[in-house]
Amino acid sequence: MDLIIVSRLAEGFFLNCKLFALTLLFALPLGLIISFGSMSKVKGIAYITKTIVWVIRGLPLLLLLLIIYYAPGLIGESSPWGTRVSGRFTAATIAFVINYACYFSEIFRGGIQSIPVGQTEAGQVLGMTKSQIFFKVILMQVIKRIVPPMSNEIITLVKDTTLARLIANKEILMMAQEYVARGLIVPLFSSGLFFLAFIGGLTLLFGWFERKLDYFRV
Amino acid sequence: MAVLEVENIRKEFGKTVVLRDVSFELEQGHAIAIIGSSGSGKTTLLRCLNFLERPDGGIIRVKGEVLFDANDPATHGEAEIRKKRLHFGMVFQAFNLFPQYTALHNVTLASELLAKERYKGSKDWRAEIRDIENKALSILEQMGLADKINLYPYQLSGGQQQRVAIARALALQPDILCFDEPTSALDPELTGEVLRVIRSLAEKHTTMAIVTHEMAFARDVADEVIFLDNGLIVERGKAKDVIDNPQEERTQQFLARYTQD
Repeated sequence: MDLIIVSRLAEGFFLNCKLFALTLLFALPLGLIISFGSMSKVKGIAYITKTIVWVIRGLPLLLLLLIIYYAPGLIGESSPWGTRVSGRFTAATIAFVINYACYFSEIFRGGIQSIPVGQTEAGQVLGMTKSQIFFKVILMQVIKRIVPPMSNEIITLVKDTTLARLIANKEILMMAQEYVARGLIVPLFSSGLFFLAFIGGLTLLFGWFERKLDYFRV
Repeated sequence: MAVLEVENIRKEFGKTVVLRDVSFELEQGHAIAIIGSSGSGKTTLLRCLNFLERPDGGIIRVKGEVLFDANDPATHGEAEIRKKRLHFGMVFQAFNLFPQYTALHNVTLASELLAKERYKGSKDWRAEIRDIENKALSILEQMGLADKINLYPYQLSGGQQQRVAIARALALQPDILCFDEPTSALDPELTGEVLRVIRSLAEKHTTMAIVTHEMAFARDVADEVIFLDNGLIVERGKAKDVIDNPQEERTQQFLARYTQD
């Protein structure tokens, strides 16, 4: 295969990687905040948060992407995303962050609630503050428990980044399809290799991380 | 002098009244055993002392100071309650050790965090680390765990885990050490090693409140026994008197079940 094709595909895949990294960067902390919201003792907050999570998880990511890209322009005078490439990428990032933060929040919630209440109580009777109990006692146990479901979700995220082409982000599959239009099918198949390599690397990373946490059992 | 005074403690969960009206004192250096059938309110009483539950009525005093008064909201603040908890140590039935820390770190963690807080952000607290560790090491040694300090909880037997838990509670030098059925999760063989440790603490005049189903142990180790039934103290007296020669009919019925087998 032509070197130009490979470099075009790599260029596209760089966008996938960028979207992937930014989504993780923002969706992980946001997901943690949302999980606290859905576990809030204040009924109103828990109710609102759970409704939001239901709506976001209930809509296809593809539809969410289109809503976030087009809806502001339909409501307001002009689209906040502008007509530039960077605007389309920002819209995609926001859609991905919102979507994945909601999925992550449920994983966090499950992880936090699976830790026996005795751990919190043991911290309390030792005079620890709520935040000390969370960061020094609970968090590490939660991380250990959520590595497997998280790795699933993160791998899905890698592949979902291809949806960004729906609002004309030039990600790898969009690049490959240009060749399909010209009668070349091989670039489309070879784009799969990029994903296989990337996810292979991630899988090794998760395995390493799980082994790192093997020193204790919960 | 009574180090602990509990007056008219009442606790309800919804419509269920768990503690009706419980009052007792505990002398410095004494051990009190709290016995009674399941659901009698023993555990809830201990949890009230450690502020894991908030009593609906009554007063708790330690060394004359009112720690909690149900009628005085000023004693209910979250931050103060946190400090007041330090008057009490708590050993749980399920150990509740922190799985990600070694035995030694389980014992030192809370002291380290408190030291860090005292120095308010400055790094000088690290100078105290050695003291904290040395103290923890000597307590663990007393518990017969000198060779286990670097093991993680999952690498320890139940009895060893419970002894680490006792060391962890002792490290903060509480005025009163509470035990909530400390051997109920252990098989008979492991029960012995934990009871031996508690017995040695009693011999050193550690002030203790022990909820237990081990009647022979309560009789031998405790100075006093409280028999709790349906949220009320039915009988209270010297340990040997209550267990060998109970006066109340309800206590006799309860203890009869233990002497049968």
